[in-house]
Amino acid sequence: MHKDLLRLARGERAVRRHLALCLAAAVLAGLLVLVQAEVLAGVLSGRFATSALVVLALVVGARALLGLVQGVAAGSTSTGVKSALRHRLLSRLRELGPARLATHRSGELVTLAGRGLDALDPYLSGYLPAVAVAAVVPIAVLVRLFAADLASAVIVLVTLPLIPLFGALVGMRTKEVTERQWRALSQLGGHFLDVVRGLPTLRAFGRARHQAEVIGRVAEAHREATMRTLRVAFLSSLVLELAASLSLALVAVPVGLRLLSGSLELPAALLVLLLAPEAYLPLRNMGNKFHAAMEGVTAADEAFAVLEGRAESLATDAVTKGAPETEDAPGNGAGTGNGAGTGNLAGTGGTTARPATGSPVPDRTNANSTDEDRRTGEAGQARAPGGAPEIRLENVTVRYPGREEAALDDVSLVISPGERVALVGESGAGKSTLLHLLLGFVTPDSGRILIDGAEFTGDDSWRERLAFVPQRPHLFAVSVADNIRLGSPAATIEEVQRAARAAHADEFVPALPEGYETVLGERGANLSAGQRQRVALARAFCRPSADLLLLDEPTARLDGRSEAAIVAATRELSEGRTAVIVAHRPAMIDLADRVIRIAEGRVVSAELIGESR
Amino acid sequence: MTSMRGRTALAMAAGAAAELAGLGLIGSAAWLITRAAEQPPLAALSVAIVGVRAFATSKGVLRYGERLAGHDVALRAQATTRKRLYRALIPAGPLNHRGADLLSRMVDDTDAAQDLLVRCLLPAVAALVTGVAAVVLGLFLQPSAALALLAGLLVAGVVIPAGTATAARRWSARIAPARAELAAGAADLVHGSADLAAYGAGGRALAACAEADARLAALERRQARSNAVATALGMLTQGLTVLAVVWIAAGSGTSRVATAVLALTSLVSFEPVLPMAAAAERLTGVLAALRRLKEVRATPSAVTEPARPVPVPEGPPTVEIDDLVIRHGHGRPAALDGVSLTLTPGRRVALVGPSGAGKSTLLSAMMRLVEPESGTIRLNGVELGELSSDDARRVMTGLTQDPYVFRASLRDNLRLAGPDADQEELAEAVRRARLDRWAERTGWDTVLGEDGRTVSGGQLQRLALARALLNAPPVLLLDEPAESLDEATADALMADLLDATRGHTTLLVTHRLRGLEGVDEIVVLENGSVVQRGTHEELVGVPGYYSDLWRSEALTAGR
Repeated sequence: MHKDLLRLARGERAVRRHLALCLAAAVLAGLLVLVQAEVLAGVLSGRFATSALVVLALVVGARALLGLVQGVAAGSTSTGVKSALRHRLLSRLRELGPARLATHRSGELVTLAGRGLDALDPYLSGYLPAVAVAAVVPIAVLVRLFAADLASAVIVLVTLPLIPLFGALVGMRTKEVTERQWRALSQLGGHFLDVVRGLPTLRAFGRARHQAEVIGRVAEAHREATMRTLRVAFLSSLVLELAASLSLALVAVPVGLRLLSGSLELPAALLVLLLAPEAYLPLRNMGNKFHAAMEGVTAADEAFAVLEGRAESLATDAVTKGAPETEDAPGNGAGTGNGAGTGNLAGTGGTTARPATGSPVPDRTNANSTDEDRRTGEAGQARAPGGAPEIRLENVTVRYPGREEAALDDVSLVISPGERVALVGESGAGKSTLLHLLLGFVTPDSGRILIDGAEFTGDDSWRERLAFVPQRPHLFAVSVADNIRLGSPAATIEEVQRAARAAHADEFVPALPEGYETVLGERGANLSAGQRQRVALARAFCRPSADLLLLDEPTARLDGRSEAAIVAATRELSEGRTAVIVAHRPAMIDLADRVIRIAEGRVVSAELIGESR
Repeated sequence: MTSMRGRTALAMAAGAAAELAGLGLIGSAAWLITRAAEQPPLAALSVAIVGVRAFATSKGVLRYGERLAGHDVALRAQATTRKRLYRALIPAGPLNHRGADLLSRMVDDTDAAQDLLVRCLLPAVAALVTGVAAVVLGLFLQPSAALALLAGLLVAGVVIPAGTATAARRWSARIAPARAELAAGAADLVHGSADLAAYGAGGRALAACAEADARLAALERRQARSNAVATALGMLTQGLTVLAVVWIAAGSGTSRVATAVLALTSLVSFEPVLPMAAAAERLTGVLAALRRLKEVRATPSAVTEPARPVPVPEGPPTVEIDDLVIRHGHGRPAALDGVSLTLTPGRRVALVGPSGAGKSTLLSAMMRLVEPESGTIRLNGVELGELSSDDARRVMTGLTQDPYVFRASLRDNLRLAGPDADQEELAEAVRRARLDRWAERTGWDTVLGEDGRTVSGGQLQRLALARALLNAPPVLLLDEPAESLDEATADALMADLLDATRGHTTLLVTHRLRGLEGVDEIVVLENGSVVQRGTHEELVGVPGYYSDLWRSEALTAGR
């Protein structure tokens, strides 16, 4: 029995009750078989009058009723366990947060939380009741058999343990063989999916037709290998079946002979005939349900591995394993913020060559000498109202687990209130990590962050001050309006429309089938990249309270027209706010008061716009 | 096919025989015991004793045979289904755009063929044979009791399964959307976790998931209840039928021996019949899967093959694309809107532009994966549509979008692009794709792909490039060869590539401009139209997309 699962079931009161009810009904129904056999044997042997059939009818009715109760309670048990487990899993996923989620194979997590847990059904509603019945009913049957006919009872008593014994013997012999083969089997079985997925590649090289024959050959090999495995695997059920039916013969023939000699009465004989199979049946049922149940156990193991953080270490291992191959940037890790794969930080480039004790932050000398100065003077950027925060990074280092190189290495930086800063640098340099740091998604391994001089918290209350536009915003499968009011659920439709207008999203939203109430497809699939980006900007506009704006390459991969609209909207949005913008394209960079270049996790230069050209 | 039918019949026979043996076992045992109680001479019992022993032994063996034969047939049926499905998928079709999830569901659907046999058809035959045998036996012993048994078996084997099938259809229609809603919620929570966290909306999203889960759980509980009702009704039918049989037999003065045989065979005859309720439930799922597969097979391919394909024209290839218009579906905006382009032998053309501009669509058209709405592609004067699409792809192919790593050795993954290539040629392609060091480290016979050694985005891209170079088609198409490589590697790769393809007719799609000084023509696509064309020198000075992108590349790279 699965320990974690059982603990979970015990912890939930409703589940505990349903499980108890389900098991009790199953056992009781199993025990009623004894009564049924008793009455039937009595009537058939003429010991009871035909009117005893009324009792039989009652017993049959009661068994059916108990079966109903068992089924309903089993349904409630498994939905209860699944819901509880699912809730914990999803909460756990939320806790993990964006940065750590990116290291998991997220598709698998989604599947596990959804369909994956359904594998628990056969375990909870089939296997567990079968175990309970198998633990009680054979013993009760044996007890009754001993009372009815000692000789038969002894035969059953001796043969009954043969079932688990043979099962175990055959199992042990076959386990090794089958496990080795199942692995090969699943690979052969996966071949078809592999080929179908790679069909476009095969087509490109004119190999598609050739593979049709390969599929046939592999299917044939798969069949032969499967049959070899099954010939062994089915042996255990052959043993179960043979033990049960041969035992019946072993009981029936001597009973017949003893009836002949008059040493046994017919009622007892019939009872033995009716009861003997019932001693074996529960064990066979349990055996039959074992395999499906084990899939449930696997699913439970996976779920608890995620819950207890074991999966996380697995994911970290994978990263470590992949680490030597740093010739490449780590895959497509788009927007995950841990594109930290670029080399070490031994060298200090550009302005940071100065000792760390002095200020490596050029803006303090280049632009403004003190914060006070900045608040009052200098161009238009000091129009920050009280809210726009000053952000100060002091010797901040961020490392991702499993990576030797720091994603950010000893970065010191001051971003003054109301300033618009563009972060530039190659992908993987640490720009996104810097944004994620300010979002509170990652925490510094050393150094500290000060917001207006106070210690940075990075919690939800801090995030209430933010508006964030990621590189690839996620749009939810709800209406456009609800997508826009993600950060301020109380916003009225007028406020939503105002935000959309400001983000230049009103150019296409009204044209959607139901305007702002149009429900978006999975992952916002029915909007173009530029449109998605503008909805995400509208989200930011829909948070008037935000005084810090974080944008991650909002115009990457957009066409010129969309880009112009987003740049214009960003300019408006950043009015009176502190803005940190990861930027690639000139139009976006032009928007900034200051350009900070990051390379290999360090700030290599920071210059006021205008100085760069 | 005949052997298939023979095997199926054999499996059916074995299954039915196993059930009959069970029936025979209990019948002969009941007869043996009740008859023995009448204390006849021993000889009168000997046949029954032999029967009991024979049935007891044969039942298990027959069951074993049935299971083996049944699975063998089922696996053969599945293989046939898969082969047919694959053949239907070979011509390029809209299916290419289906997601990985849909593909795996489609592959799962081919398991339905297996289930149809093992879980529906074979058990149904066994149940039918057993039921008929029990009723026929009953007719000899006590006709009215046999009729009662018949009625009971019909209820358990036909009426209740019909009910569960109807219920299954109804429930799956309601549960599937609830399940999808939950899956979407979970996906939002994972894929949108940054957006949710940034806007403090994680709690709400979690609550929405919990609600979706509660709705699904409520539906599943009701489904469990309806299944429990079916099970209970089955048990009730079995019990009441046996009761009726005994009562009728008792009322009609049937002998004790006959009554006992009747009662016990009736009881046991339900054993294969009761699972029909679950089989019917599964059958609705199986039929739906088979229907889906049929739809896939009936999907027309995206391009029409010529009735009489012309041979590939001789000589160095000249490709003329004239006023090409392509639309992905009716009413959608044109993906390519009047594009013209000429590739003469040895000429290298680069295609740049923002994503969604139509660059990959143009390559797809050249590979005969999409049918143009109007305009022409000519190869040495021959309309591309007059070639078989396999021939077209023999001439024009290369590195396509979303290359795939098969679960096979590195060697085999490469060799699919050059089945006759020797080790030296393989090594050369790998070297030119700058994959040699990795290949060395990984080993040529290491299994790649899922369950095998993981291949990073950059390695995958270079593997695909090595395939393209190995294949060396007359017209080389390269779709974003430097995609997902880090800057330094991408620069080096592009430099190598431009060096290696010198003098080779090439169409290169890229969003990186570095190195394009060396190509003969650069074509800038935007919104499906050519907005700029010329050499690097001509374009870089003119305001527009190209110079803009050049400037931004320079800025970000710190040049």
